[in-house]
Amino acid sequence: MAAIDLAGVKKTYPGNVTAIHPLDLNIADGELLVLVGPSGCGKSTLLRMIAGLETVTEGEVMIGGGPVNKREPAERDIAMVFQNYALYPHMSVRGNLEYGLKNRGTPRAEIDARVEEAARILEIGPFLERKPRQLSGGQRQRVAMGRAIVRHPKAFLFDEPLSNLDAKLRGQMRVEIKRLQRSLNTTSVYVTHDQLEAMTLADRVVVMNAGRIEQIGKPTEVYERPASLFVAGFVGSPPMNLFGTDELKTEAGGSLPESIGANTGTIGIRPDAVTLSANGNPAIAVTGTIELIEPVGGESHVYLRLPKTDRVMILVVRGHEGVSLAADLTVHLPVGALHQFDAGTGRRID
Amino acid sequence: MQTKRVVFSNRGLPYALLAPQLAITFVFFLWPAGQAIWQSFLREDAFGLKTSFVGVENYLRLLREPDYLNSLSVTGVFAVSTTVLSMGLALLLAAAADRMIRSRDAYTTLLVWPYAVAPAVAGVLWWFMFNPTIGIMSYLLEQLGYDWNHRLSGTDAMIMVVIVAAWKQISYNFLFFLAGLQSIPHSLSEAAAIDGAGPVKRFFTVVLPLLSPTTFFLMVVNIVYAMFDTFGIIHATTEGGPSQATNILVYKVFEDGFIGLNLGSSAAQSVILMVIVIGLTVIQFRFVERRVAY
Amino acid sequence: MVENRPWLTFFSHAILILGVLAVAFPVYLAFIASTHPQNAFISGLVPLLPGDRMIENYGTMLDAGISTSGAPPLGVMMWNSLVMALSIAIGKIIISILSAFAIVYFRFPFRLLAFWAIFITLMLPVEVRILPTFKVVADLGLLNSYAGLSIPLIASATATFLFRQFFITVPDELTEAARVDGAGPMKFFRDILLPLSRTNIAALFVILFIYGWNQYLWPLLITTDESYYTIVMGIKRMVQVADSQPNWNFVMATVTLAMLPPVLVVILMQRLFVKGLVETEK
Repeated sequence: MAAIDLAGVKKTYPGNVTAIHPLDLNIADGELLVLVGPSGCGKSTLLRMIAGLETVTEGEVMIGGGPVNKREPAERDIAMVFQNYALYPHMSVRGNLEYGLKNRGTPRAEIDARVEEAARILEIGPFLERKPRQLSGGQRQRVAMGRAIVRHPKAFLFDEPLSNLDAKLRGQMRVEIKRLQRSLNTTSVYVTHDQLEAMTLADRVVVMNAGRIEQIGKPTEVYERPASLFVAGFVGSPPMNLFGTDELKTEAGGSLPESIGANTGTIGIRPDAVTLSANGNPAIAVTGTIELIEPVGGESHVYLRLPKTDRVMILVVRGHEGVSLAADLTVHLPVGALHQFDAGTGRRID
Repeated sequence: MQTKRVVFSNRGLPYALLAPQLAITFVFFLWPAGQAIWQSFLREDAFGLKTSFVGVENYLRLLREPDYLNSLSVTGVFAVSTTVLSMGLALLLAAAADRMIRSRDAYTTLLVWPYAVAPAVAGVLWWFMFNPTIGIMSYLLEQLGYDWNHRLSGTDAMIMVVIVAAWKQISYNFLFFLAGLQSIPHSLSEAAAIDGAGPVKRFFTVVLPLLSPTTFFLMVVNIVYAMFDTFGIIHATTEGGPSQATNILVYKVFEDGFIGLNLGSSAAQSVILMVIVIGLTVIQFRFVERRVAY
Repeated sequence: MVENRPWLTFFSHAILILGVLAVAFPVYLAFIASTHPQNAFISGLVPLLPGDRMIENYGTMLDAGISTSGAPPLGVMMWNSLVMALSIAIGKIIISILSAFAIVYFRFPFRLLAFWAIFITLMLPVEVRILPTFKVVADLGLLNSYAGLSIPLIASATATFLFRQFFITVPDELTEAARVDGAGPMKFFRDILLPLSRTNIAALFVILFIYGWNQYLWPLLITTDESYYTIVMGIKRMVQVADSQPNWNFVMATVTLAMLPPVLVVILMQRLFVKGLVETEK
């Protein structure tokens, strides 16, 4: 068990391409930290730098308080779960689990005990003698996890481990990873591009974009108080409605509430915060035409075309209460639910 | 050049791993090739006592030598005939086998094994069949009124070595044509059938054009084969004769160098052959690149 | 097939059967000839049906050879061919897989140069550098030796490229997983890469065994001592009897035995053979 600390860590590739701008990150002992962002944002690079699979251009990576920059991956006492599982195809499941332990000279009895333990936890006992190709996707995923568990490492590193599974299995495994991590209480860094996965798994989420950290925080914080325009747009599904201050002013009939500051360039509102009636709270009212209704079970996503700016606003309504295609609809944006972002920097304004 | 994202960082190890290959390459390939190039600019006197630098004289002499010019044209005739005969027959067989579902593998087995027969051995097999006194082929031809004698007739000798070379190469061409035919989507033939094209028409208008990458590839491979891998056939049967009629370039290099001991000329011939191989290899690789790009 | 055309199917079978017969006929004839006494070839047409001397003929050849034509017993020549074919096949595989490993999994100065040095061997077949290569082998004292028969032929660009091509398709994650599991380069090579290359090695072995067995020009050049003759080149010595008809029955017994091992390899390992043939052309 160990904390992981990154201090001023930077990654530059040959040809002066900067993949990671200098950043600091402290991961507490036993924490499950999720790195999330669009592809190419540097999240995998960062993970691989912690693993020792990429060199660090500048700064220091520390695992358990000591610097590890110069250490081989095997010497860092970490275990990694890969996106395509990277199981050794010619070895049995048991062989896969044992390989790392054997290379470390672990005594035979100890190896057997650990494999036994991992097989029990992950319920892969019946497959131990099979080859990876004889397993289903979900089973392979478990074996990949097992290979990490047997090592009793200081930290687990997950590189998009669920993205090769179908939606249903992904949901199940997500729950299992979370439970496993809780019970083993091992420090974990988890990389994903799926914001839902990030929100459901993480103790803390790190949202990354273009090699920089946009926000670090608990999932609820990131959702409720996105620190930047990028985070606001990336987290949440359907995505937050974002309007230029002028656009909203036009739609609202020429004026906006006092609470909108002079620096505010963009105003956002989550689709589920948009209401059909003001209920006496201060709100901005806008009117548009219903262009599309997507029923998604208990609620519907309504796409509202705003006539003056020709923008589309998405809102979530329960059932289908009082909405019909092509009808005009007036909705209310409660002032308390508005997110404001600086016109210049795109950072949040409170 | 393509590499792995992940590489190992040892310093000395890669050199140690490459050492055996590079040592053999240098000692038995690069050094002799360099020697050949150097030798091609030298001439030894009649007693082998004195060697002098003569520039491109050896090359100029070669190009004036009727035997060499004859060898060039013999090689051309031999390579083209072998390629056309072997590829034609192989394509016919592959097209027929492609129609078969259950018997395809059995036919393949029965057709591919000549690949394993050494060129020299193949030569002896046919040499026996064409033997003017006891051979079955010469007997049959005699019944048809043709007096076969490859020991006297240059044409007969050429026909014989072409048949041997083609016979041995059919299996290779067959395998590649069959693979090519099977990679053509079945739906294309079905579409053409719905458009009203019969089997023969389909073959020429749909299948053959789609097979052209394979055909081109095989053409280059067959020419290389006919030029360089058929030494054994010639040496075991006609030995270049009668009167130079089957003296292909690789045989002539050997003859002039080992039997005639004309080092300068043999070296110059080697160098010309190298240039030809390099040219053919470049064509082949450009083609492979294009094939990958499809 | 798209539609059912019985006549076309019949026609196809006919072509294939003709093809199979044409391909097999010379070999059949050779085998038949090897089962007859010598006087069957004195005049007229060769026999078309098996004779009764098979055991005697093969026995004579394997044990004693034909002293008059200066060829050693077939047993010796076949042994030499086997040694040569195996040395070439195994040697090529070893040095090629090692150099492919170096080129794909390491970055080091002169890597590109090494790659081109290997590549260029593709353009230098023995046939075009006969004399100087002979001279090198002679200077090294390797004439009339197994080393001389095999070592100069074991450098191969094709085999190296085959392994390189295969290594490139091995997922990077596997290497990373092995590194995380504490495997250094040679351990990774032995534990992961080598087992994964099994089929490629086997396919290449089939092709290279045939290549080595069928070598002709090279043994012809560097062996003058009968005890190093290989069977494929030994045939030539037998048919070369000056001005007289060769002993056809013995020659054809030799031919049959010379063909047997590589042909058996192709037939018994057809799948690997086809894979090897196709892969080495990539």
